[in-house]
Amino acid sequence: MKELRLMKGNEALAEAAIRAGADAYFGYPITPQSEVIEYLMAENPVERTGMVVLQAESEVAAINMVYGAAGCGKKAMTSSSSPGISLKMEGISYLAGAELPCLIVNVVRGGPGLGTIQPSQSDYFQAVKGGGHGDYKLIVLAPATVQESVDFVKLGFDLAFKYRNPVMILSDGIIGQMMEKVELFEQVPRATEQPEWATVGKKPGRDHVVVTSLQLQSEEQEKVNLRLQAKYRVIEKNEVRYETYDCDDAEYLFAAFGSAARITRKAMEMARAKGIKVGLIRPQTLFPFPVEAFNKMADQVKGILTVEMNAGQMVEDVRLAVNGKTKVEHFGRFGGMIPNPDEILNALEQKIIGG
Amino acid sequence: MTEEIIIAGFGGQGVLSMGQILCYSGVMQGNEVSWMPSYGPEMRGGTANCTAIISDKPISSPVLNAFDTAIVLNQPSMDKFEESVKPGGLLIYERNGMTRKPRRTDINVWAIGAYDESLKMNNVKVFNMIVLGGFLKIKPIIEIENVIKGLKKVLPERYHKLIPLNEEAIQRGMSIITQEHKA
Repeated sequence: MKELRLMKGNEALAEAAIRAGADAYFGYPITPQSEVIEYLMAENPVERTGMVVLQAESEVAAINMVYGAAGCGKKAMTSSSSPGISLKMEGISYLAGAELPCLIVNVVRGGPGLGTIQPSQSDYFQAVKGGGHGDYKLIVLAPATVQESVDFVKLGFDLAFKYRNPVMILSDGIIGQMMEKVELFEQVPRATEQPEWATVGKKPGRDHVVVTSLQLQSEEQEKVNLRLQAKYRVIEKNEVRYETYDCDDAEYLFAAFGSAARITRKAMEMARAKGIKVGLIRPQTLFPFPVEAFNKMADQVKGILTVEMNAGQMVEDVRLAVNGKTKVEHFGRFGGMIPNPDEILNALEQKIIGG
Repeated sequence: MTEEIIIAGFGGQGVLSMGQILCYSGVMQGNEVSWMPSYGPEMRGGTANCTAIISDKPISSPVLNAFDTAIVLNQPSMDKFEESVKPGGLLIYERNGMTRKPRRTDINVWAIGAYDESLKMNNVKVFNMIVLGGFLKIKPIIEIENVIKGLKKVLPERYHKLIPLNEEAIQRGMSIITQEHKA
């Protein structure tokens, strides 16, 4: 039987990393994600699975340690919160350019700058549109429960190695700090064999393996870009994940991810009690974005309200997806403020139904 | 059954662990639970609060602005959360240190002298369990047997010898809580 525990999102995510057979974690503490490294240090997984846990001297060091481990074909991860993720951006772009698999966790807090330690979703653009330089994409997973914080670690590593691409889990202060019931999966053994692209020392009879994000010949760098873009199109085709709630008879639609989707579901209960037929699409992958799901619903509903703990970021992707077929508005609180269900329902009534 | 609770007081009063024990007890009897702390720059002597939700259905929002029950253990918490109790809901307050009584007349108000009782037990650390006992007297949503199971999960093994003391604290809380106002 699988184990049932009451765990914080951050702790559950850390335990999932051990169980997913990760080889290494490199990180640096920052609120509200410090429980990830605290849990791993206390658990000392080197004795359980041989997994290495190391507190680096900085976020920059940690992401470059991930680059080194990933270049050797190891399952490596790091985690941080918004300002710390900004520091990692150079390394993330290099990882994407060198096509190295890894898992990066961002437990988002309010920004910009040092901002606040309270929950936010204002790093959507950074996660989905780039953040680092160059034409690259991360696969971005957005958990809305502690259970998904666990499941997405395993899924994240699987996708990272399947596509040789960095994967980001975009959590936030609510999902990271809250406790919920969680079912943990069984221990996955650490891999003993390295992939053929891993730089683990040349043996006689085998060609050189090169891991790099540098191509001084533009012709070669364009080929890299074309290969990356072709890979992203495959990811867009195969890896879209989302959940829908009460969409069958919906006349209006909410769009929300992560913890905002949880609060929005409370607002939906209140709306349905008032006789307002409203549904919800909750993207679980932010890249690839569930374009088709929104496009289809746009034919059915009279308007879409995105609810985000930011000033309006995912709303742009929803607008692109529906391509003018229906009205799309945004409601958000930001800077660490959390919207309450009353405000969300009120925004639906003002901006979509009455607007 | 869905019970949405805010527990608030000073840091060090056991506010967060009381919510955790309540939630773990809920897990023991097969409920859905959610626990969300305020994780600002709180410290000992500052204010702390957590939202605990126990339900037989999946829980939507872990963060709320209206509650079935508010358990307030100091004056700043009463000032902050009295208004957030749903009409007809429950407010439990700790008598010690309160400078004013609740003003609402549309809610049920109960008071408990858990701090004084903990002094009688020669152990201020059981303060929060006395309060928990008081709450469970009024809203018996969780059986004591499951609370004990929850405690066993929350407490490290070396503290399991303290479980009978905690059980006594719960029983005392049940007997000393009194009603102040009926909605």
